Amino acid sequence: MEFVLLVFLPILAAFFVPTLFKRIKGIHTGWFVLLVPVLLFAYYMTFIRTTMDGGHAVSELQWIPSLGISFVSYIDGLSLLFSLLITGIGSLVVLYSIFYLDRSKEKLGNFYVYLLLFMSAMLGVVQSDNVISLYLFWELTSISSFLLIGYWYTRDRSRFGALKSMMITVFGGLMMLGGFILLGIMGETYSIRELIANSSNFVGHEFFILSLVLILLGAFTKSAQFPFYIWLPDAMEAPTPVSAYLHSATMVKAGLYLVARFTPIFAASEIWIWLVTGIGLLTLFWGSLFAVKQTDLKAILAFSTVSQLGLIMSLLGAGAITFHTNEAIFSFAMFAAIFHLINHATFKGSLFMIAGIVDHETGTRDIRKLGGLMSIMPVSFTVAFIGSMSMAGLPPFNGFLSKEMFLQSMLAIRHFELFNFATWGVIFPVIAWIASVFTFIYSFYFVFKTFAGKRTDIPLPLQPHEAPAKMLISPVILATLVVVIFFIPNVVGKWLVKPAVMAIQPYQYGHPSEVAVHVSAWHGFASPELWMTVGIIIIGGLLYLSLSKWQKVYDVQPEYLSLNSLYDSTMNFSEKGMNRLSRFYMTGLIRTYLLYIFAFISVTTIAVLFIQDAFVVDMDSFSKVSAYGVINAIILLLAVAFVLLSKTRLGAIISLGAVGYSVALFFVIFKAPDLALTQLVIETVSVALFLLAFQHLPKLSDHGEKKSTKLVNAIIALGIGVTVTLVALSSHSQKLVASISQYYKDTVATEAGGGNIVNVILVDYRGFDTLFEIAVLAIAGIGVLGMIKLRLARKENPDENK
Amino acid sequence: MKTNDVILQTTTKVVFFIIFLFSIHIFFAGHYTPGGGFVGGLLTTGAIVLLLLAFDLKTVQKALPFNFTIMTGIGLLLALGTAAGAIFFNVPFFTHAFDYFTLPLFGETSLHTAMVFDAGVFLVVVGSAITIIQSIGGDS
Repeated sequence: MEFVLLVFLPILAAFFVPTLFKRIKGIHTGWFVLLVPVLLFAYYMTFIRTTMDGGHAVSELQWIPSLGISFVSYIDGLSLLFSLLITGIGSLVVLYSIFYLDRSKEKLGNFYVYLLLFMSAMLGVVQSDNVISLYLFWELTSISSFLLIGYWYTRDRSRFGALKSMMITVFGGLMMLGGFILLGIMGETYSIRELIANSSNFVGHEFFILSLVLILLGAFTKSAQFPFYIWLPDAMEAPTPVSAYLHSATMVKAGLYLVARFTPIFAASEIWIWLVTGIGLLTLFWGSLFAVKQTDLKAILAFSTVSQLGLIMSLLGAGAITFHTNEAIFSFAMFAAIFHLINHATFKGSLFMIAGIVDHETGTRDIRKLGGLMSIMPVSFTVAFIGSMSMAGLPPFNGFLSKEMFLQSMLAIRHFELFNFATWGVIFPVIAWIASVFTFIYSFYFVFKTFAGKRTDIPLPLQPHEAPAKMLISPVILATLVVVIFFIPNVVGKWLVKPAVMAIQPYQYGHPSEVAVHVSAWHGFASPELWMTVGIIIIGGLLYLSLSKWQKVYDVQPEYLSLNSLYDSTMNFSEKGMNRLSRFYMTGLIRTYLLYIFAFISVTTIAVLFIQDAFVVDMDSFSKVSAYGVINAIILLLAVAFVLLSKTRLGAIISLGAVGYSVALFFVIFKAPDLALTQLVIETVSVALFLLAFQHLPKLSDHGEKKSTKLVNAIIALGIGVTVTLVALSSHSQKLVASISQYYKDTVATEAGGGNIVNVILVDYRGFDTLFEIAVLAIAGIGVLGMIKLRLARKENPDENK
Repeated sequence: MKTNDVILQTTTKVVFFIIFLFSIHIFFAGHYTPGGGFVGGLLTTGAIVLLLLAFDLKTVQKALPFNFTIMTGIGLLLALGTAAGAIFFNVPFFTHAFDYFTLPLFGETSLHTAMVFDAGVFLVVVGSAITIIQSIGGDS
């Protein structure tokens, strides 16, 4: 079987979720959903052997081959690692959500449909070899994340957060699309593998820097890098399983994936290395600094995620330096980036789940009200402790290992003798160290302010108690992984990290085993990073103990000077400005709009006809006018005149019908039975519709229009008539290209197996048109239904919309 | 308002089936002679409109107990499914397939996936048109 189809398995499963949710009452829908990621995880595990040997697997699905666009699933070390994260963490999150979301209170149908949609989108992003399909899946992650954040859509904050995340990530996605297209122009292909193979020709191309910046914008917005991180804290309005999944383990890592995937193409540029490393470090620093300010458990975790994503980003940038130097330390950075990515997924996933459990069992996430839960919730505390200590970078947890590697890489950067790193690089380890101190503080702040100390007197909304064992399964599994990875880092390295590093740096390595990195917890007393860690523990510990004394420092920064208020005011301004602009010309009368449209069409078309000197009349090719034609034309004219002069609506409707029928007669005269048939039926049905709506319409009035207005209307109407006639005459007389009908006559039977050209065009040659037309028709139908049903409902229940 | 329209009602009962059968014929004929899903759907719509004119909304709803909104959905799915089905044979989206078969009663017939797509069009046209008419007509 083609494994590319598996990417669509979650979407397919999503179709059944609403039915399962409605029909099967006794069992939580999550159990069925759980099957999907578990099966996929098991299946993707089988690829580990291939990637460990430095191989890859490709599976292709045709989409628009004529434009070089297809779904190509390309599994190498990097995409396999991400696929395993998506399905593995996905399984745990679904398992957790089964106990977290109450079947009787929540709209589980919606929830799991969105979640499965997201899963497919994410798998598509990491496995796509074609940049266009990558973009498609990328935006699908934005949309499904929008739906998930707005899951409790009756809350204002949820809607606000959902909109904000979508505005920012979709903006980045569009920029990225631009970058992809520029890449496609440079490389004359949309395949990532081919682009990487040709990338040596790109440097110096006029589009190179532009596409680099555009693609980085996409990656930075998705991975919540400075200054785009502002959506991530607001995204915490989503249910906790979503936060654990999307906003720590998977979606936000799509940006990291993108940077890693495109490193071979762009690493040759110093701008890439500076931007990725610099913005990464800045984000790390900024996020860690502001995490300590937060009082909501999930907000602390959101800022810590921002900061950790920055850390990985900066490591990816440092790793890209290997394209310019052979020093082993920089390939070490790439290894550290991937390794920390895995570690972060494990510990942050468990921490989010614990935050959710605390919320679930105490009714609040406000850290000022919490405290002293250690004895009440011992298991949750243990998990939170393991996760936090790993995040703080302490042994014996996996975060310690990658943190040491991070510090080592940042120390090494200042020795790099290119692109001014030797002069400016000195500040890198300093920023990294300060950020690590704050990381240490917020990790302690998160776990001990929640669980340690005495219970405060502030009553909690719920009587706190330990979560049921079932809800703890997932976080406990993740916490176990945190510890296990610490003891077997080289197994993880060999199985997952090294193949991924090889995928990012295909020039350096021919086989994953050539990535000569050995992770060890102990480097000896002489290593500078050990003393940096000791410093972090001492300074961080002191600062944490005196936290209550200096936490007020954060209040110095006024709210109106933040990026958030910049976003708010931009949104406000554009909304109000657009409103004012549209109120200027939107009168609410359909007649006015038609006037604009018709005036515009006739002016532009006639102008083009005259500028291009395109108006020709070739009298010779006119066909003869038959007597039927003349009679029919007279009928038509009379009917039109009657529409204009009619004093009653009924008369106008009926004469309008007569206009339509006589047009149909013309089709009959000119031997177009398909058109005639359609026109006849359409006229019948639309006259019936008119008559149905008739009783709701006001009496035909004079509208009280002035003579001059009527004159303008008449001129515009005449103008559009003249335009159409001129265009028809000119297009009839100009025979630059042969008529296409011969092509249809020749191919309709052989290519499409049909006889009726009109119908074959509709269903085959231009099937897309028809598909979208019926979609429009369906939307119109549902729109009318909604409008009228809603109006009826409001009449019955007038307070609903207040 | 109650009017005596026995003649209209009696004729409608007969004419409805004639139009409906004609629309089915036109739908099936569509691939080779004038017709197709769009016109066929419109004709059926016309037939139902005639019923609505002769009888009232409730009677028609009882006689034709379909949810026309769902019919629209089914039609869309059918059309989209035909287009997307090509994926499973690893050919581009919207690739149609056709072949000739010898069927009992019909003799040699060509079966075409475009027909399934057209059936989707048919259902969407009927479904959304009647949805619109029913909601406007039912709004009083």
